[in-house]
Amino acid sequence: MEFTRRDTLGLALGAAALTVLPYRVHAAGEEAIQAFTGGAELKEGGVQLTAPEIAENGNTVPIEVSAPGASAIMVLALGNPTPGVATFNFGPLAASQAASTRIRLAGTQDVVAIAKLEDGSFAKASSTVKVTIGGCGG
Amino acid sequence: MFQIGKLNQMISRRDFLQVSMAASALVGASGFGNWARLAAQQALTQDQLLEFDTFGNVTLIHVTDIHAQLKPIYFREPSVNLGVGPNKGEVPHITGEQFREFYGIKDGTPRHYALTYNDFSSLAQSYGRVGGLDRVSTVVNAIRADRPEALLLDGGDTWHGSYTCYHTEGQDMVNVMNALKPDAMTFHWEFTLGSDRVTELVEGLPFAALGQNIFDAEWDEPAELFKPYEWFERGGAKIAVIGQAFPYMPIANPGWMFPEYSFGIRDERMQELVNEVRAEGADLVVVLSHNGFDVDKKMAGVVEGIDVILSGHTHDALPEPVLVGKTHIIASGSNGKFVSRVDLDVQEGQMMGIRHKLIPIFSDVIMPDPAMTKLINEQRAPYEAELKEVLGQTDSLLYRRGNFNGTWDDLICDALLSEREADIAMSPGVRWGPSLIPGDDITREDVWNVTSMTYPNAYRTEMTGEFIKVILEDVADNIFNPDPYYQQGGDMVRIGGMGYKIDISKPQGERISNMVLLKNGESIDPAKNYVVAGWASVNEGTEGPPIWDVVESHIKKLGTVSVTTNNTVEVTGI
Repeated sequence: MEFTRRDTLGLALGAAALTVLPYRVHAAGEEAIQAFTGGAELKEGGVQLTAPEIAENGNTVPIEVSAPGASAIMVLALGNPTPGVATFNFGPLAASQAASTRIRLAGTQDVVAIAKLEDGSFAKASSTVKVTIGGCGG
Repeated sequence: MFQIGKLNQMISRRDFLQVSMAASALVGASGFGNWARLAAQQALTQDQLLEFDTFGNVTLIHVTDIHAQLKPIYFREPSVNLGVGPNKGEVPHITGEQFREFYGIKDGTPRHYALTYNDFSSLAQSYGRVGGLDRVSTVVNAIRADRPEALLLDGGDTWHGSYTCYHTEGQDMVNVMNALKPDAMTFHWEFTLGSDRVTELVEGLPFAALGQNIFDAEWDEPAELFKPYEWFERGGAKIAVIGQAFPYMPIANPGWMFPEYSFGIRDERMQELVNEVRAEGADLVVVLSHNGFDVDKKMAGVVEGIDVILSGHTHDALPEPVLVGKTHIIASGSNGKFVSRVDLDVQEGQMMGIRHKLIPIFSDVIMPDPAMTKLINEQRAPYEAELKEVLGQTDSLLYRRGNFNGTWDDLICDALLSEREADIAMSPGVRWGPSLIPGDDITREDVWNVTSMTYPNAYRTEMTGEFIKVILEDVADNIFNPDPYYQQGGDMVRIGGMGYKIDISKPQGERISNMVLLKNGESIDPAKNYVVAGWASVNEGTEGPPIWDVVESHIKKLGTVSVTTNNTVEVTGI
């Protein structure tokens, strides 16, 4: 064994995170969406979610949301034990309805942004972020 | 054959004919075939290789993925290069006879040898080595004599991949490439020199260092050292060249060596930049990319307004551009084996026509540029004795490329199993590394050409059967995820001492089955520990001897290397 204990732990943790793939959509995620939208229909378009396709570090994944005219945008990481990430509320004087933050992802999963638009309708955008061991790029 | 799409709006039928003629000029002009090998070589001339009917008002010259190969080498193209999802069976995922049929290449011709794998060893005897930057220089000079304002664009993976590049920390390549006078460059393996060295080298470059997707990791803002794009005025046209570095650097390579940087595809920023340069009056938008071919194809469909993508990373060599919407994608091979010449007719903010030729650098046909030969030899002189030391011989063709295995990695895995006394060996699915033909000496330089890197330590550790499966599933998804944006552009990790079955059409977690320990024929037990030896770990602090020492010791013990056909991976879902 020439691997240090730390490396072995690192590998083992990676393994733990990856063996339980793919993460199921947590029931809590559905509940949070229900609470936010009151069960309203979610249309595509009107909200933009920017996230990396593959996370460079699953512990701190930069994401950005924007929805012109929205009064609130909710962000969920559906595969996390606690899916709720944040809800950004925008007052009537907000110059733009956009926000960026960094989130922690337990494994490969869908990140979802739901915006409450000016007319009271709801829009959804979703993006799969992969969390990987990596190491074999050409 | 040529994908037309919306192009007919911009390019006349006449231009199309010119495109296809240029693509077949090499075969058409030389006019031989039927395995007339010696005649073929005698008939092949530098003039034929360079023959090009100058077109339009702008010329681009593309080189990429040279991997520090200063001297001529052999390079066998893959026999297995599978596409998935929308790219199943599409270029560049065709090989061998299928490839030759698709492009109308006759058996036994120079293009057969240059572009496909069949009969490689025998054709290599006739056609000889390829590449060599002194030959590349001759080609570049000839194109510049024809079109003095031609832009030379380097797609990256230039400062990595050889004994001298490792020992000079990329300086040999910088010196030689600077003499070639590129106009811009983008990056991948360069970053494995570490961010301090990258900064030092990039700050000294007399040309543009580009990467719109190279970001400061802390602030998630564009990194100051790299410009997103550079402007050029050529042939009366205003040209924007946008750089796109390899998107998955900190994932596929050790991020701890360049923690200040973040990457990603960032196609939304690419669109913003295309819009920006168009608004500032760009007549032509070129992307110098290290995305890999399938990622470039997808990006061309997502981002509007790119005229030409010069594609690198996945080492594909294509004799014709591939058209996605209005974007032409050019793939120029690797290891100095090819140079692409792309002539464009650009008028009033529109690309009106294209003529393209993938020029194979046959080193026995193209005269070396003596000034460049001298410069290359100067870089190598301090190391000549070490480079030339003969470690053994090979009876077999040694090559790397292919999705699942190649004989070089079979040999490296054998070295790991025997020198490190392991049950199972792992060798990374990188795509660089030249070939050797049967009867060749194996020198230290040859071993370094397929192993050189800044994180070479050959580890030895225990892994459970379950964890080994997790690794295989993870790497398989990096190549066989049906969405190219989730692919990292490498091949499958090579495995020694263990066989397995893979269904490439399945999702992650379901592709790998039937894992068998070869030494006793027993199925791999998920709960049991196995001794695994491997190299190129991205983890900081990995311990073990450098892989080149392991391989060198193994070859010296063998004397003559013979690698038998590897049937340990069964592939389905093709």
